Amino acid sequence: MKNDKPRETKLLIENLSKSYLVQSEEVRALQAINLSIADGEFVAIVGSSGCGKSTLLKIIAGLENGYTGTLLLGKERIAGPGLDRGMVFQEHRLLPWLTVENNISFGLKDRHSKASAKTVSEHLDLVGLSGFAQAYPYQLSGGMAQRVSIARALVNQPQLLLLDEPFGSLDALTKIQMQQEVLRIQEVEKTTMILVTHDIDEAIFLGDRVVVMSSRPGTIRKIIPVELARPRDRSSYEFAQIRRAVYQEFFVEAENPFAYQI
Amino acid sequence: MTRKTIRYTEKVKHVIQYFGLLTVLLVVWQVLSMLGFIQPIIMPPPTQVAVVFWELLKSGVMIRHIGISVLRVLEGFGIAVILGLLLGMAIGLSKTLARMTDLIIQVIKPIPPIAWIPLAILWFGIGEQSKVFIIFLGAFFPVIVNTIDGIRQTDQKLVEVARMLEVSRSRFIFQVVIPGAFPAIMTGLRVGLMVAWMCVVAAELIAASSGVGYLIMDARQLSQSDVVLVGMITIGIIGKLMDSLIYRIEKRAIKWKTAFTGV
Ligand SMILES: Nc1ncnc2c1ncn2[C@@H]1O[C@H](COP(=O)(O)OP(=O)(O)O)[C@@H](O)[C@H]1O
Ligand SMILES: [Mg+2]
Repeated sequence: MKNDKPRETKLLIENLSKSYLVQSEEVRALQAINLSIADGEFVAIVGSSGCGKSTLLKIIAGLENGYTGTLLLGKERIAGPGLDRGMVFQEHRLLPWLTVENNISFGLKDRHSKASAKTVSEHLDLVGLSGFAQAYPYQLSGGMAQRVSIARALVNQPQLLLLDEPFGSLDALTKIQMQQEVLRIQEVEKTTMILVTHDIDEAIFLGDRVVVMSSRPGTIRKIIPVELARPRDRSSYEFAQIRRAVYQEFFVEAENPFAYQI
Repeated sequence: MTRKTIRYTEKVKHVIQYFGLLTVLLVVWQVLSMLGFIQPIIMPPPTQVAVVFWELLKSGVMIRHIGISVLRVLEGFGIAVILGLLLGMAIGLSKTLARMTDLIIQVIKPIPPIAWIPLAILWFGIGEQSKVFIIFLGAFFPVIVNTIDGIRQTDQKLVEVARMLEVSRSRFIFQVVIPGAFPAIMTGLRVGLMVAWMCVVAAELIAASSGVGYLIMDARQLSQSDVVLVGMITIGIIGKLMDSLIYRIEKRAIKWKTAFTGV
């Protein structure tokens, strides 16, 4: 952790609540969320399915309305989607009828300029897919498609990258590879990132902080800092200790696999 | 057996499956005719139909009728495609327009084109225009309805992607909505062309002196059941060829979509 100089706040969430109407009954998806994320920080949010993780990301992305509370990106209130935020969804969501190259340039304002072509090829390089510019999404593996989706989200140089369980549908080996890839990309691009996951190891491997959410209603239960140098060793003692701390947030009483170890 | 001969026998099997049933039916029909179970006046045997077909082809009469009918269909279908696509896209993209037009479309759609013949003659006379109008009516509704449906089925997930990237409205329409609607639009075109071609007989009921529909109606008055059958089969074959053509175009245009072909 390079915590020497105090970093500016990139995203400030204050007292955010959101409910949905399901069959004319109010379902609380998020309740009183407070979170401050520093410039360049990598925040990992873990929580069980249905605890409101996607809802939180969508609100930050500007895709959801009808919430209460304040969200500030830098000094500006979030009032809708914008190029200052990029989003990677669990499914790659590439346009099936466009080549990899055209999928990446899809979000560029001036697609046919020389500068755009350069940006696209740089981002293809960044995600390690230089040879696949002309391929169609159906010709890609799941991991490759997700890389394209990351490139597409980064192409406008967003200040904030939102990742909603981006590796949830990948096999274990590809997943680890992609996690390393994301770290490398963050090193290069210095983008502030918020990653949502239900994989505790993934959260600890990637996050500067791990935000643990609990469900019904979705609240922040605890924020656990991960002060380990990168690259992190998943089998190290320190890693295991943090893993234990996160586990304990989920399985307080029901089952504690570490309770009788001493 | 080598892999090559296995593939070859597979192919032969498929060809037999494809043509077998039709061949059996033709043979049964022929045999029943020859045994005198089917009267030639009511249903001439396949060989007689083939001979008449060949004669009409050789004399150039058939080609002329086919040419005229195809031209009428292309005119009516062409207008239906242009109007159907434009209106369908407009209605698909605008909720207000959809609300305004829905009832009209729903009520006019079930009226068969043949019921329009009296009005078509009053409005356009007995020339080419009324025939093209009937064909247009047949093709228009499949095209417009499928276009609207296709646009309505735009993937909400891709809409979110486009919103995140602040994609312009025109790029959204041309790169998200229309390509997404393309398979449905192609279905509309296929069905539309089919219906247009089926309407050609109805259209050529209107004081025609040429066309495959005319050929059939004319032969009916002369009780030439063999010519009637030739006309019918011609319509069937050309319809199939048109459908295969559009299907080819569709396959080529949407190579990004892998279709289910049946088990
Ligand atoms: N569009 C919606 N309409 C109604 N309820 C919703 C909608 N989206 C999410 N919810 C509800 O909000 C809660 C949180 O959902 P979500 O944010 O998708 O959870 P997660 O991503 O953590 O699995 C769930 O109970 C879900 O049923
Ligand atoms: Mg989710």
